[in-house]
Amino acid sequence: MPEITYLEAIRQGIWEELDRDSNVVMLGEDIGGYGGAFRVSSGMIDHFGTGRIIETPICESGFTGAAIGLSFMGYRPIVEMQFIDFISCAFSMITNFAAKLRYRWGASVPIVVRGPSGAGVRGGPFHSQSVEMFFAHTPGLKIVVPATAADAKGLIKASIRDPDPVIYLEHKYLYRRIKENVPPGDWTVPIGKAAVRRTGRDLSVITYGAMVHVALEAAGLLEKEDISMEVLDLRTLLPLDRESILATVRHTNKVFVLHEDTRTCGIAGEIAAIINEEAFEDLDGPVLRVTAPDTPVPYSPPLEEFFLPKVSDVVAVARKLVAY
Amino acid sequence: METKVIMPQLGESIAEGTVTKWFKKPGDKVGRDEPLFEVSTDKVDSEIPSPAAGIVTRILVEEGKTVAINTAVAVIETEPAAVAAPVAPSPTAAPVAPAAHPAPAITTEVDKKPAAEVRSSPLVRRIAREKSVDLSSVTGTGAGGRVTKKDILGAIEKPAAVPQTVPPLPSLRPAQPAVVVAGALGAERRETMSTMRRAIADHMVMSKRVSPHVTTVFEVDLTAVNRSREAAKESFKNREGFPLTYMPFIAMATVRALKKHPVVNSSVDGTDVVYKEYVNLGIAVALEGGGLIVPVIKNADERNFLGLARAVRQLADAARTKKLTPADVQGGTFTITNPGVFGSLFGTPIINQPQTAILGIGVIEKRAVVIEDMIAIRPMVYLSLSFDHRVIDGALADPFMADIKKALENWEDQ
Repeated sequence: MPEITYLEAIRQGIWEELDRDSNVVMLGEDIGGYGGAFRVSSGMIDHFGTGRIIETPICESGFTGAAIGLSFMGYRPIVEMQFIDFISCAFSMITNFAAKLRYRWGASVPIVVRGPSGAGVRGGPFHSQSVEMFFAHTPGLKIVVPATAADAKGLIKASIRDPDPVIYLEHKYLYRRIKENVPPGDWTVPIGKAAVRRTGRDLSVITYGAMVHVALEAAGLLEKEDISMEVLDLRTLLPLDRESILATVRHTNKVFVLHEDTRTCGIAGEIAAIINEEAFEDLDGPVLRVTAPDTPVPYSPPLEEFFLPKVSDVVAVARKLVAY
Repeated sequence: METKVIMPQLGESIAEGTVTKWFKKPGDKVGRDEPLFEVSTDKVDSEIPSPAAGIVTRILVEEGKTVAINTAVAVIETEPAAVAAPVAPSPTAAPVAPAAHPAPAITTEVDKKPAAEVRSSPLVRRIAREKSVDLSSVTGTGAGGRVTKKDILGAIEKPAAVPQTVPPLPSLRPAQPAVVVAGALGAERRETMSTMRRAIADHMVMSKRVSPHVTTVFEVDLTAVNRSREAAKESFKNREGFPLTYMPFIAMATVRALKKHPVVNSSVDGTDVVYKEYVNLGIAVALEGGGLIVPVIKNADERNFLGLARAVRQLADAARTKKLTPADVQGGTFTITNPGVFGSLFGTPIINQPQTAILGIGVIEKRAVVIEDMIAIRPMVYLSLSFDHRVIDGALADPFMADIKKALENWEDQ
């Protein structure tokens, strides 16, 4: 079982699906000869040809619309946003069109819109955003946020096979920083299922994406203080895995939510509301949040450092909640 | 420098206290640890010593008023000498370190938030509801004294260590002086219940509500006890300085019977019965001017006859002189009450929750009784036992009573 990066895991997953199903195609900017801005599609055009690895002009609304049209014709298109920030150009196509066609016409729109998201790589305000909540409010979409290489592979394969539009948010900070053994063979990670990354006794942190690793590092530090923190990786934001969220609440009775996305209307607020509605009497303390502040992602490196939730932030909130 | 005198917390479940008497007026000199005021709570009445020496400059809470614990009740202008005391307050900070101070009244900032209610969490309140735990009896270790999950689970795991369930805390309405008003049918006097009265009222209602009471009555011939008592009476009085009553005899017989019938020395906790391996014997004492208090003889099963007699006397004295500490009235596992002192033949007492039974002693008087077809004159008493029929059946209660009867009727000097 070879060790591969998070990025390679995505590439392998797409490759295998292209191989497995001739209806799978990919559209995007510079994904051909250049292999994509981050090299996710490296080598694909040579292997699968220009008919399946389709280079597009810089027009996200146009090629997203084209992908939806292809899906009507039986294809399973993958749309690559060079940076996920550019997805806003295709907002209407995704929210008004792709998300609604099953409800409107009973039509299946099996597209995957994927791209590098998140901060921490000095990308500045237009290349570092977390876009999940622009779409989490749209019924009809699914949003997946892998944190590990195995999940990156298993979830891209599940997303490609899903009959409905899936937004696949790959964290660019993790691309080459995460390396792990990924089991061989044809398998997927189910959409809508969270995973307990570490079991704990005293409190739980609910998180996703790159912050899973921040949470795990914090849990390691807290263990030295005899604080046992459970780490729940959501893996999918839409639909949320309520069962796993409530299970961890009922297990430790103290919970906080950690995300890199900004605070106001981040998924933490929604999770806190679900817990409040369904597990109020299981709470031994308030549901707290650790998030980025309500600003764009700063370009200045010290400011970006300040903006992102850090291990020390997580440790501090965990201590506070345990003492509550 | 000014020192604030606060309403002390007389017991961990106590949230408020009524100032019943001030021993000093504004302008009076007071020594450190000299009695300053008297407090009545729903558990106990206590004299509170002054936290510092000085002049009482202001009295902030009048007699008869009920305030939350930690409320400032008076201000003392401390004498310069007091500054040299080991816990002298710093010139800028008002609070004095309470830990090193043996007196129950501690000084603190005036606006310290009163812990008028038990802080907890939704989870803790749910557990408390499901397990019938009185949260005010659980010590909170969370932020601001909050009762956490750990605290309540710890309290449930160690039921013996949990202080007794106490009646719901009385409302914060202060006791008010009596007012005579014209009622619809004539003049009436309306008086707010004292803190203790309210506590008794709540506890009685609660006890009758939670446990089905059944009372069984046994008649006991105290000839043997009387013989022993008459023989020892005078030397006892000379030696101990107080008279030998019937109570230690009955208490002794009761403690032994409790050891033999553990269910009578148990408590109900939700769906569990908690059998106590120790006997903390409560003896109800009527107070002058009304009210009732139940001081507890801790580990009564470890005392001999003389030890029991002394403990009975000591606690009764302390109760009547208001010298009981909150600890003296907590942790009872069984109670004896003595309506006979008022002439009652026998009582049907209400169980002191969460105990499961209570023994009532009727009047001890000479009666004509039939013994082997002859009429004899014997000192007789009716002993009544009210028991919680949830856990004790008549088939358990009556053998317990029969053992007490047997022990008393065949009393031999210990």
